[in-house]
Amino acid sequence: MDAAAKQKEIILKGISASPGICIGKAYQVDHEGVDIVKRYQIIDKKALENETTRFKKAVKQAKDELHDIIKGTSEDLLQHADILETQVVLLEDKMLYGRTIETIEKEKINAEWALKKVVSKVSSMFQDITDTYLKDRATDIVHVSDRIMRHLMGAEPVNIAEIDKRVILIARDLSPAQTSQINLERIMGFVTVLGGVTSHTSIIARTLGIPAVQGVDDATRLIQNDDIIIVDGSGGHVFIDPSESTLMDYMERQIRFESYRADIARDSQRAARTTDGHRVKVMGNIEQPEQVVAVMDNGGEGVGLFRTEFQYLASAEFPGEDELFENYKDVLDVMQDQPVTIRTLDINGDKAFVRNSGMTEANPALGLRAIRYCLKRPDIFKTQLRAILRAAVFGEVRLLLPMLATYDELMFAKNMIEDAIQSLEDDDKEYNRNIQLGVMIEVPSLAMMADVIAREVDFFSIGTNDLIQYSMAVDRGNREVAYLYNPLHPAILRILKIVSDAAKKEGIELFMCGEMAGDPFSLPVLLGLGLDELSLNPQSIPMLKNLIRSISFADAEKFLQKILEQTTCKAVNELIQKEYGEIISATIYPK
Amino acid sequence: MNQQMSKDVVIVNELGMHARSAAKIAQLAQLATADVWLEMDGEQADATSIIDLLSLGCPQGTTVTVVIKDAQDINILDALVDLIKNGFGE
Repeated sequence: MDAAAKQKEIILKGISASPGICIGKAYQVDHEGVDIVKRYQIIDKKALENETTRFKKAVKQAKDELHDIIKGTSEDLLQHADILETQVVLLEDKMLYGRTIETIEKEKINAEWALKKVVSKVSSMFQDITDTYLKDRATDIVHVSDRIMRHLMGAEPVNIAEIDKRVILIARDLSPAQTSQINLERIMGFVTVLGGVTSHTSIIARTLGIPAVQGVDDATRLIQNDDIIIVDGSGGHVFIDPSESTLMDYMERQIRFESYRADIARDSQRAARTTDGHRVKVMGNIEQPEQVVAVMDNGGEGVGLFRTEFQYLASAEFPGEDELFENYKDVLDVMQDQPVTIRTLDINGDKAFVRNSGMTEANPALGLRAIRYCLKRPDIFKTQLRAILRAAVFGEVRLLLPMLATYDELMFAKNMIEDAIQSLEDDDKEYNRNIQLGVMIEVPSLAMMADVIAREVDFFSIGTNDLIQYSMAVDRGNREVAYLYNPLHPAILRILKIVSDAAKKEGIELFMCGEMAGDPFSLPVLLGLGLDELSLNPQSIPMLKNLIRSISFADAEKFLQKILEQTTCKAVNELIQKEYGEIISATIYPK
Repeated sequence: MNQQMSKDVVIVNELGMHARSAAKIAQLAQLATADVWLEMDGEQADATSIIDLLSLGCPQGTTVTVVIKDAQDINILDALVDLIKNGFGE
């Protein structure tokens, strides 16, 4: 501590729940009253019945309140709503609800005291559990009973959504329900007595990107309303009444942290080059036109995969040519000169089938889907091809064909593209036939024919999700076999090598748009394979660009040779961990 | 009927049985006509109570026994075993 400090600063140590630094006024969330419960005896039978009714009513109110919060939970936090759903079920758990009513009746006491007694008994059951995760979950029970208690006693909870000044929240515990009400313009961060790294509350804090320290034992006792405090969510410290020098120090750290965050985002607008200057383009995957904004904001250098299914599945009838054209043009207008890779309809066979014939397939993943469906339905395919060719006038379009399994299919599809061009010519429509044509490499049979296919197209785009599913014969949704689904399996890496060699030999470009493209752990391998472009969900673009900048291309090429000598997933993973583990974790999880 | 039946099943999901999964079990068990119990290492919990279930503290990899007290709840038994076996649908 600074010896020259006039104020007496207090430093509290806790657990770093969410990184970042905030400096501001403290705000005590905990309402008074709930902790002080009086006990009184009730002898009159009628009055006793009234106690039970009062309890039931409080539970009902608590339940309604929770339902309201669930309804008002924003999209971002929807995944946390099921925690609240669990609390709804807990409200009527017989060990809480039933036991409290029993206790009121048997011991002839007031509802508050009965509830308190039951809860302390239940809590003691969890005292012995050593598993931290389960212990965290046991706090759900406390939240639920607090909620009932507030209604019983008529105590008004602080509604976090209604706080109208910029503050740092101090609480014994924040429930997921309370945390999900946090307004980012008002709440700078929070400090709680309970909770830890695995608590739901800390997960929400990290999602929102606000600093938080949890597990600070004396927080509610030592921190008063309006105290100036510093929350160092990265280091897990809280300073009460900080000295001038501490304040200066942390203001500086805060600026550094925020500029680091901004740097990553800003840096992302620049091209990503490896340490030895090799350029890799990072693109975004989109499903709807509006998503191009996220691609631009995150520094995406184009759209590497525009899935076109949405328009087909969103309405009862298949969209017409003009409707499709407008949709594609919207994306091209935003992206201007940057490439937009439009993948033709990759509709799941039975979805389209049900609509048209009422039939279902026993095995849709191996059935009539994507290009197979399009080649069977030239009318539908031609409509989309015409829309794409017309839109190509307004930007840099690439046409991507999904799910090809054979050379014949490619020839057939090429003929249909020629047909579409001819029909546009006949109709005297404006179009652009100078577009790049590529195929998705996702069926192993096509991967094995890559040398031949490469002579017929301008680019390959590897769709890892399906490629792995078909190569390993594994449905990753099936828990019994999901362990076989691994992008870094030596078999998958060998297939990728074959495809990469074929692309290099014919001088065509090699892209990847599956989940593997956005996996930091796979990046050294993908660089080694010579991928020209990686396309991933827009939010992950800054992270991946940052990582590309910290790896040497020449090293990655050499590293790939070592990787290809491995015989198991485990060995591949260990090797990546050994060679790149530190670089990856330093880039993705900065201190 | 009234014949007791039981089946063993392993908790597969990474986090073990936690509040959300216990809530799913309880909701199913509440549909049974007779009592439904979950047993682990000689301890047993009322399957209709989340709190009781959580007090068992089942981490990933533990084997639990689902017990129905009446054979006519056989569908509930099967559904519970499926639920647990499939990692509570997570």
